[in-house]
Amino acid sequence: MLCKEMLGKLSEYIDGELEAELCAKIEHHVAECSNCNIVVDTLRKTVTLYHDHGHEPLPEEVKQRLLAALDLGPAADLR
Amino acid sequence: MERHSPVVYNLALRLMKDPQEAEEVLQETFISAFRALSRFEGRSRLGTWLYRIAYNAALMRLRKRPAPTESLDEPVTSESGDQMPRQLVDWGSIPDDLLLKRELHTVLKAALETLPATLRSVFVLRDIEGLSTAETAEVLALTETNVKVRLHRARVALRERLTGYFAASQVV
Repeated sequence: MLCKEMLGKLSEYIDGELEAELCAKIEHHVAECSNCNIVVDTLRKTVTLYHDHGHEPLPEEVKQRLLAALDLGPAADLR
Repeated sequence: MERHSPVVYNLALRLMKDPQEAEEVLQETFISAFRALSRFEGRSRLGTWLYRIAYNAALMRLRKRPAPTESLDEPVTSESGDQMPRQLVDWGSIPDDLLLKRELHTVLKAALETLPATLRSVFVLRDIEGLSTAETAEVLALTETNVKVRLHRARVALRERLTGYFAASQVV
């Protein structure tokens, strides 16, 4: 497997959505290609970083203004 | 509302890149949804329905912006997500707390904002908010294949940008 062939499959690979045979080919390639090893590693880290730190919380004052706009009052809870 | 408003806000904020406009999209979404609640047929999940309203509201605003600085429809610089990476610095094993000291949130935000809206919306819903491929496709009116392609392009582009940052800041 060439580096370029592998790259297009990496997202599915790190998401665990690739069939076993392709996974094995990627793992074999990565074991021998240090550049691709870095790409896999840092692509995975990119996903993890955004998953863990990418969410911007809803500010409390924005939430209160939303409730007011909907005429629900600050204590409303529609769960 | 408690469950879905943070996702609506985050999606709106990432698309509009402006807290004031994100708040307006948030309010608009819930006001529209309350008015149209009787028309919600339950074929999709409530969250998916709300995110779709929010996405459309944000898109409409982006299209009305007088001098768009980015294309809403064109993919990122490269047509392919399988372009060869240019940045090959290994920062994957650095602990988050060390990265956090380097103003990680600012870096993540800035990198995300460089993506076109077409990729940003997919990435936010899939990788930040954790929607499935099928749900993301429904919200954005895309095929699942298209979601996967855009997600991969977004990830590859973000990886490049983060690598550039971490290499330049000599974290590694």
